Amino acid sequence: MTEMERVSTVLAIRGLTVEYPVRAGILNSRRHRAVNAVDLSIQAGQTVALVGESGSGKTSVARAIVGLAPLSAGSIEVNGQALDRHGNARLRQVRRTVQMVFQQPGGSLDPRMSVSQTIAEPLQYLTKMPANAMRTRVSELLELVGLGEQHRGRRPRELSGGQRQRVAIARAIAISPSLVICDEPTSSLDVSVQAQIINLLSRLQQELHLAYLFISHDLGVVRQIAEVTAVMHLGEIVETGPTDRVLDSPRHEYTRSLLAAVPAVDRDAATSDPAVDRDGASGDDPSLA
Amino acid sequence: MVLVLEARGLRVEVGPSHSRRDVVRDVSVLLYSGEITALVGETGSGKTMTALSLLRLLPPGATGKSSTLRLGDVDLAALPEAEIGRIRGSRISMIFQDPLAALNPVRSVGFQISEPLRAHRRMNGRDATKRAAELLAQVGIPDPVYNVKRYPHELSGGMRQRVLIAAALACDPDILIADEPTTALDVTVQAQILRLVRAETERRGLAVLLVTHDLAVASTIADRIQVMYGGTIVERGKTRDVLGGPNHPYTRGLLDSVPTVRKKLTPLRAIPGSPEGVAAIQRGCRFAPRCAHAIERCAAVEPPLVEVAPGHESRCWVFAPPKDVASAPESS
Repeated sequence: MTEMERVSTVLAIRGLTVEYPVRAGILNSRRHRAVNAVDLSIQAGQTVALVGESGSGKTSVARAIVGLAPLSAGSIEVNGQALDRHGNARLRQVRRTVQMVFQQPGGSLDPRMSVSQTIAEPLQYLTKMPANAMRTRVSELLELVGLGEQHRGRRPRELSGGQRQRVAIARAIAISPSLVICDEPTSSLDVSVQAQIINLLSRLQQELHLAYLFISHDLGVVRQIAEVTAVMHLGEIVETGPTDRVLDSPRHEYTRSLLAAVPAVDRDAATSDPAVDRDGASGDDPSLA
Repeated sequence: MVLVLEARGLRVEVGPSHSRRDVVRDVSVLLYSGEITALVGETGSGKTMTALSLLRLLPPGATGKSSTLRLGDVDLAALPEAEIGRIRGSRISMIFQDPLAALNPVRSVGFQISEPLRAHRRMNGRDATKRAAELLAQVGIPDPVYNVKRYPHELSGGMRQRVLIAAALACDPDILIADEPTTALDVTVQAQILRLVRAETERRGLAVLLVTHDLAVASTIADRIQVMYGGTIVERGKTRDVLGGPNHPYTRGLLDSVPTVRKKLTPLRAIPGSPEGVAAIQRGCRFAPRCAHAIERCAAVEPPLVEVAPGHESRCWVFAPPKDVASAPESS
C-alpha cells in the first residue's frame, strides 16, 4: 500500500511557454507562440501521450524538456530538480535522466557507426563504465530490444526500419533513464512492424520501470500504450485525463472532431452490415465505415 | 458498373540484365466506373510499381510487361509513347502523396490546374483559368477566383491536395490513380480529402485506384480491396468480404496488428519479421518466412489465386487450396 502511494513524479511541467522568433524584417521582431502555458506531469513507470495534429506544439514540448527549444516562461522539473532556463545547461542537466527516440530511425542514427558503437555511445560519454563492462551492457541491451549478437557490427543501412528503431531504443535506455521521450516512434514503420515496436516499448516499461512521454498523432497507437492522454491544439492542452476516459467520452470539441476523423477498420460491421457496400452513399462519415 | 480499365498479367522487372528480379508479377487490376479499388500493401509490396505500370510511367531501369492492358477499347500496351502521353492527364490522371512536391512552386495554382486543359484541350489561357476557378470550387476551395491566383506555399497541405485533385479532374478523366493521397495529411484533413474523392467518384462515375498502406483508409472508402505482398496479390474481393472474412494469413496478420482506437489490445498481435527484404525471396509464397501456418510446399511453390467465395480470392496453399492441386500452375 505504501509502495503504491510512493509514486514519484518524474516530470513536472508548469506553465510551459515556447516562443520562436519570426523573421519579418529588422525592426519587426515578432514571436510565434508554439506552446502556451502547458502543465503536464508524468509519474515513474507511467506513459503519458501527447496527441495532436501537425503544428499543435507537441514536439515543441518535447524539445523544450531536453533543451532543444527555448523556454519563454514556465518551469520544468525532472525528478524533483528544476531545470535551467538556458537550453545548453538544460541539455547537460537532463541527458542522464531523459532520453529521446525519434520518428526517423534512419535520420537519428549515425550511418558510419556500427550498432554496438551507437548503443555504447551514451555509456561512453555519460558513465565511467570500463570497456569490458560496456561490452556486456551492449549485449544485454541488444537482447532487451530483441536483437542478437549478429547485429553488433551492422551499420544502419544494413538494417530494416524496425531494426533501426530497436537500435535507437537500445541507445535511449542504455544509461537507464527515468524518462524516455518517444516522438512518433512508429510513424515511419510498416503497420506489421509498428505492432512489434509498440509491444517492445510496453515490455521494456514493465521490466525497467520506465516513464514515457509518447508523442503521436495516431489515437489507435495511443490507446494501446498510454495510461494518460493529453490532447494539444494550437499550442494548448485542451483536454487531459485517463486515456480510456479521453477516448471514450471526450469532453472537448476538438478531441471529438479528432476522434470522428480517425478511420477505422471495423471488421464486425464489415461482416454484418451490407450497407458498407455504400451504394450511392456520398460523403459518408469515415468514423462509421 | 462498367469495366473501364483491364490490366492482366502485369509484371515489372528491375535490376541489371544478368540478375533481373521481378518486383511485380501476375497482378491484375480491374477498375469499374463509379468504384474505388484499393491496392493495399506495405514496403516492397509492389503497389506503387503496379500503379505506375498502368500509366507506363515506370522509373528508368524498370521494365513492365502485361498480357492485357486496355482502357476501354484502347490497347495501352500497343500505343506509341506520343500517344500514351495524350492519355496521361486526360483519360487517366494521377495524384501523389506529397502535394508540395507535385506542384510547381513558381506557378500559380490556376496555371497548374489549367495546364492539362491547355495541353490536351487546346483551351486558351483565359478560358482555362476560368475553368480552373470552377474546378477549385468543385473540390471545396472557398473564394476560387481569389485562390486561383495564389501559389502553393500560400496553401495548407489539405488545400494543396485539393488543388492536385482539381488538376487531375480538369480533363474529366475516366480513371484517377491516387498514390497515398492522404498519408502526409492530418487525420481531420485526411477525412475531408477521402470524402471528396468518394463524392467525385460517384458524381463523375470515375474509376479510382487508391494505393495505400493503410487498411483503415481503404476500409473507409474502397468498394474493393486487393492486398499485395512481395510483388503479388495475396487476397482480393469486396471490401466487406476481405475485411469481414479475411482468408490469407497476411491479411489476417495485418488486421490484427492495426492498433484500434476503440479498445486496448496490448500486446498487439504483431507479424514477426519485416516486409523489407522480401525482394530477396524469389520463389514460393513470399510471406512464408513470416507465416505461422507455412507448410513445406509454401517455400517451394507460389500458390495460385483461388476463389474462396464468389468474388473473393486468396493465394494460400493452407487456407485457399486449389480444387485440383495437381493442376495448379507452377510458379515462375
